[in-house]
Amino acid sequence: MMAYSSQSALAVEAHDLVKVFPRGNVRALDGVSLEVEAGTVLGLLGPNGAGKTTAVRILSTILGPDSGHASVLGHDVVTEANTVRRIIGLAGQYAAVDENLTGRENIHMVARLSHLSRPVAARRANELLEEFGLTNAGDRVLKTYSGGMRRRLDLAAALVANPPVLFLDEPTTGLDPQSRQGLWTSIEDLVREGTTVLLTTQYLEEADRLARDIVVIDHGRVIAQGTPAQLKADLGTSVVSVTLGAFDTVARAAELLAPLSEKAPLVENLIVELTVNDGPKAGADVLRTLDAAEIPIAGLALREPSLDDVFLTLTGHKTTIEEGEHDEEGPVKPKRGFGRGRKSESTDGKDAA
Amino acid sequence: MTTTLSPPVRLLEPEQGNKLSWAVADIVTMAKRNILAVMRTPEALFFTTLQPIMFTLLFTYVFGGAIHVPGGHYVDFLMPGIFVQTVIFGAMASSSGLAEDLHKGIIERFRALPMSRSAVLAGRTVSDLVRNVFVVALITAVGYAVGFRIGTNFALFLCGVLLILFFAYSLSWGFAYIGLSAPNAETAQVMVFPLIFPLLFASSAFVPVRSMPGWLQAFAYHQPVTQVVNAARSLMVGGVLQDSGAVWASLLWCGGLLVVLAPIAVRKYRKVA
Repeated sequence: MMAYSSQSALAVEAHDLVKVFPRGNVRALDGVSLEVEAGTVLGLLGPNGAGKTTAVRILSTILGPDSGHASVLGHDVVTEANTVRRIIGLAGQYAAVDENLTGRENIHMVARLSHLSRPVAARRANELLEEFGLTNAGDRVLKTYSGGMRRRLDLAAALVANPPVLFLDEPTTGLDPQSRQGLWTSIEDLVREGTTVLLTTQYLEEADRLARDIVVIDHGRVIAQGTPAQLKADLGTSVVSVTLGAFDTVARAAELLAPLSEKAPLVENLIVELTVNDGPKAGADVLRTLDAAEIPIAGLALREPSLDDVFLTLTGHKTTIEEGEHDEEGPVKPKRGFGRGRKSESTDGKDAA
Repeated sequence: MTTTLSPPVRLLEPEQGNKLSWAVADIVTMAKRNILAVMRTPEALFFTTLQPIMFTLLFTYVFGGAIHVPGGHYVDFLMPGIFVQTVIFGAMASSSGLAEDLHKGIIERFRALPMSRSAVLAGRTVSDLVRNVFVVALITAVGYAVGFRIGTNFALFLCGVLLILFFAYSLSWGFAYIGLSAPNAETAQVMVFPLIFPLLFASSAFVPVRSMPGWLQAFAYHQPVTQVVNAARSLMVGGVLQDSGAVWASLLWCGGLLVVLAPIAVRKYRKVA
């Protein structure tokens, strides 16, 4: 009667979603459309305040859109909200778990509120605690849990009814690398079993690892979409990275290699990096140039641009904007410094001199 | 694309039921969750019960001698008032409890679950009612220790207890509304106090209304706390304190407050959460 009878291979569809928050007159979503194919992971990418969380809240029926419509497995999120709530799981950056209950009681409560019978609720609590490595902590009150444990419990609670569609709002924000790896593995397992996942993240690495498709939003609008490979290919550049044999040759090498690229080379310790359109050709040119000047090299690498480079090109700023990184005149300086940032220019000037 | 979707993961089917039976189950689940939280912080429970005990001792032994009441036994006059004060304070927990849920993100989870929309509020008011039952039983024992005696019979005494619990339950919905309007749990707590203070102290709870100045008597006599206290006295003590008019008036107050406050709180919940 539900879920399985859907004739579309799209698990999640959103058309032209608009949401304006009257307080401050913020257009959180300004016509966002997206589609998630069943059994795949869509990464919804964007900086803080881009509208990612608003989109997830609308898709998970917490918030109604001002206009546009959305459906999960063919069920409208507004008119069939209760059906949608039965087939989705939601876990988020603010682990929505009850501090005063134990891990087991938390899962049991969510199971009962999903109208699972008491025996099923008890069985699911056992299964999920074990699956997420919380069996030993299961009967401890959450006040004693670490951040990573809470997040795991939050995800476990979202899975209580085995929902075919999962919304994860920045599931690993603020977690240490080990906890993050653990959650990634859990998410990958779920996808392997056929779960459809819509994941918001600020971490490009996370999207690169988990998502089959990516939608980039900024200021409530979709600014790019495709697979990670497509997004990188669209950038049309690659990076040649040369590691030199000795420090006293770095400045001269950078000077000699500068004409091979339209952008100034980036110098960091023994490494000189060039952003080029034709990677293999540029690589050969680099070798020939340095060989002719008798400058020894320790290594040469050709790499694709990272999603960081893609994001920078698309939005003019990095995914995570931190205080103090704002540049009044222009875009925020990228981590690897190919851009037009103030700091990279001064570095180039010094090293090329 | 129109390929048929094979079941990716086996969605667990809900247990047999209908909208109403699920709603009742949701309220029970929510109330249990709140009661567990109370039991996990026994310190809070201890101090909330300590307060009415101290009021009982304070009025019985410190102020009692200076207050002249009909019938002459101040402790018999006092205890119904203490009961009403106690359950009102107990009901106030609804405001801070809801404010805390609202600002801790757990309501986000509830809103994405197929549970009954009003179970969050109903579960909260029910759990505060259960706690009030416990506290009233305790205060009855304390009252007995300081000389309070049932003047009617046990059945009427229980009717009196039920009446004040009904009153507290109705008020809970008003406190729930305030909790949903407050920016945080601490503010919710201080917001309800100025509302309750005049109602509680400008009433017949601790002193006879006719000992007040005339202008205050008009307010004090007609407000619900006085009616409920007088009704409780009539049912628990009787004799010169018999006032069957107050019993009917307070039932009307309780029903009326519930009918007005519950929908207001539910509407607020739908708006803010």
